[in-house]
Amino acid sequence: MCITCGCGETDGVTLTLHPATHEHVHADGTRHTHAHAHTHTHIHPLMNADAFAAAPLRRPTHSPSHPTALTVPGRDRQVVQMEARILGKNQLIAERNRVRLADRNILALNLVSSPGAGKTALLERTLNDLKSHIPISVIEGDQATSNDAERIRATGVRAVQVNTGTGCHLEADMLERAMDALDPAPDSLLLIENVGNLVCPALFDLGEYAKVVIFSVTEGEDKPLKYPHMFGAAQVLLLSKVELLPHLRFDLERAVANALAVNPRLTVFRLSAYTGEGLEGWYSWLKDTLSRERA
Amino acid sequence: MHELSITQSIVAIVAEQAAGRRVTRVRLEIGCLSAVMPDAIRFCFDLCALDTVAAGAALQIDEIPGLGCCTDCGRNVPLTALLGRCPDCGTGELRLIAGQELNIKEMEIESCA
Repeated sequence: MCITCGCGETDGVTLTLHPATHEHVHADGTRHTHAHAHTHTHIHPLMNADAFAAAPLRRPTHSPSHPTALTVPGRDRQVVQMEARILGKNQLIAERNRVRLADRNILALNLVSSPGAGKTALLERTLNDLKSHIPISVIEGDQATSNDAERIRATGVRAVQVNTGTGCHLEADMLERAMDALDPAPDSLLLIENVGNLVCPALFDLGEYAKVVIFSVTEGEDKPLKYPHMFGAAQVLLLSKVELLPHLRFDLERAVANALAVNPRLTVFRLSAYTGEGLEGWYSWLKDTLSRERA
Repeated sequence: MHELSITQSIVAIVAEQAAGRRVTRVRLEIGCLSAVMPDAIRFCFDLCALDTVAAGAALQIDEIPGLGCCTDCGRNVPLTALLGRCPDCGTGELRLIAGQELNIKEMEIESCA
């Protein structure tokens, strides 16, 4: 929806061509407002092209400020005012995905982390432990190779690989196409492993229920402060590889405090996909969220 | 890296709205907390606009400063980085009220003759 006038949108681009009223201020200071159908462009003869170019941010007296077209005298140019969200198209597809997932009671989680934090290992362990209790399918995002999807399929769970090529994140249309191919079962869990990257996936809503950020104890405690967008966008934080803590100088409490400083609403689990330590909390959260969303 | 796909979206939206007319200037609004770097957008824009109606268009970017509002003390806090808690009272959560903008505000196009 357009933040200026509340009008609807079709492709994520909001452009209302006909504002209801139109206010003019003339050179002598008189001001008047009248209803106005914008079937034409506006010519402001009191302002020459140079003055217009010198004051690009202050257009003369159009209210509401969008979207109108002004003719710049002598240049045969129009300025079209817009209120287009740059990520509007992705957002629209994400909302379509969200409705599609909700209609089928599918809980979709977007797993994000830096490369090597243990997303795939944690997925394998989660699938092996839960697949006999909950129907699960997986979407694997990587720039190249289908290695991860093959690892997932080895657990017996259905998986589709999305290769983004040069792309550094999954976008909503990729999830849409992946769902077309995978056709996840109703009342199931859909785990989406995003491309290993702590920056870009934070910006792109896929239509998931929540982002789950995986942060391994082999990284620095200040990672949430360095990558606040991802930790801010997530709902769940999984601190992984805790079995390695005795061998590391990693201050777990400081890492958690840093994450909560960026996002006080994070639900935090400390776990090890290798030893199984702490997994029950993560599994309970998955089951509780799935049953709550089904209700 | 995401600035490339964001710039491709900018060019696609502008080209669609221009409906075949040449675009000579584009003005964006980018929030300082949007995780999008204006310099990277500038770097990508000329390349993405090549062979489109926006080829050679000037790019103007208004950077919007970050501002949060504390849910407890109600104070407005200028932000240069994302923060979860109010630095003034230390207890309230900060609700972002500005700084995440990522919008195309206007464009200049050649008129129909």
